[in-house]
Amino acid sequence: MGITPFVLFWAAIFTSNILLTNFLGMCSYLSVSKEVESSAGLGIAVTFVLTVTAGLNWMVNEYILVPLKIEYLQFIVFIIVIAAFVQLLELIIERYVPALYYSLGIFLPLITVNCAIFGVSLFLVIRNYGFLQSIAFGAGSGLGWLLAILMLAGIRHRLKEKLVPAGLRGASISLIITGIMALAFIGFSGIQAVQ
Amino acid sequence: MTKKEIFVVSAFKDNSVWRQILGICSTLAVTNLMLNSLIMGLGVIFALALSTFTISLIREYTPRSVRMMAQTLIIGAYVIIVDILLKAWLPDVSKQLGPYVGLIITNCILMGRAEAFAAQNKPLDSMIDGIGAGVGYTLVLLVISFIRELLGFGTLFGVRVMGEGWINWSIMVMAPSAFFILALMIWAINTYYYKEAK
Repeated sequence: MGITPFVLFWAAIFTSNILLTNFLGMCSYLSVSKEVESSAGLGIAVTFVLTVTAGLNWMVNEYILVPLKIEYLQFIVFIIVIAAFVQLLELIIERYVPALYYSLGIFLPLITVNCAIFGVSLFLVIRNYGFLQSIAFGAGSGLGWLLAILMLAGIRHRLKEKLVPAGLRGASISLIITGIMALAFIGFSGIQAVQ
Repeated sequence: MTKKEIFVVSAFKDNSVWRQILGICSTLAVTNLMLNSLIMGLGVIFALALSTFTISLIREYTPRSVRMMAQTLIIGAYVIIVDILLKAWLPDVSKQLGPYVGLIITNCILMGRAEAFAAQNKPLDSMIDGIGAGVGYTLVLLVISFIRELLGFGTLFGVRVMGEGWINWSIMVMAPSAFFILALMIWAINTYYYKEAK
């Protein structure tokens, strides 16, 4: 508490990057990062869904779960909200913006199982964020995730796979690259940490 | 396949973490202390065994179109049980694990086993497959946390092992070390498997 939404937004991107310090959203991060374009597509979709579901889940928790004293259902309710929102978004995009659907559509089902989205919803409950803080945290986390996957995709694009030892190819070398990125991001942590 | 084979295949040969690169999020996040890793592993084994059993039990009555949703809800229900049990009996560990207990729901290992095995096989076989996958996952957690806790805190399960003069490696407490150790572990196992294949 007490952190302004503005600070929280920047902190979520740099000092406590959702992927590099909290390890959330690793699965799709490792598998999609082969190409820069699809990484950007998925990243943008994640950012949008994260921002909206952070707000939605905050409201659901505050106005439905807490008054009814059924906080223990949080996990299931949050997942349903996320899945329903993604499904709805898919329908709307397909109906009104078909061009966007063809470039972004394939990523939408992947988002429901992206643990970054669910993780952010859990974090904002545990840390007692307010509504604006939650939205700022959601948007910042999404952009931080986008930044991380774009960086990895860029590096992997330039990486000459042949020079990497056979056993280290694929996921392992991506993990090592990510580790080095995480080390670099520790440099930001002097600015403002989120707790 | 006999029941023993099912277990061995899903725990070691097709280990979810190092062969299929699933469930990485929590693999990395909870491995700073061995106790956390062990509890997390047990939680995953519990949720995995019961959810694969349940999913397999109702596999013939679940319409294909709502299959994913049904699986998620079943997994979610068991994860809530794990969360409540932890809060009641191990409140300290539950606090430290924080959101990562809830994140078992989105752990791809659970969905992966439900889709790949439980949706087509008998309940008991599915349960054994689930336990196998959970044991394989726990093993990876324990190996990583063994290295991180030993070098980062000089302790194992909270008990001091390193002598007086030991200086903690602060990198082992921070996030990057988890990435490096997992990468090296996958490298070592891949190399071993490559040799065996040749």
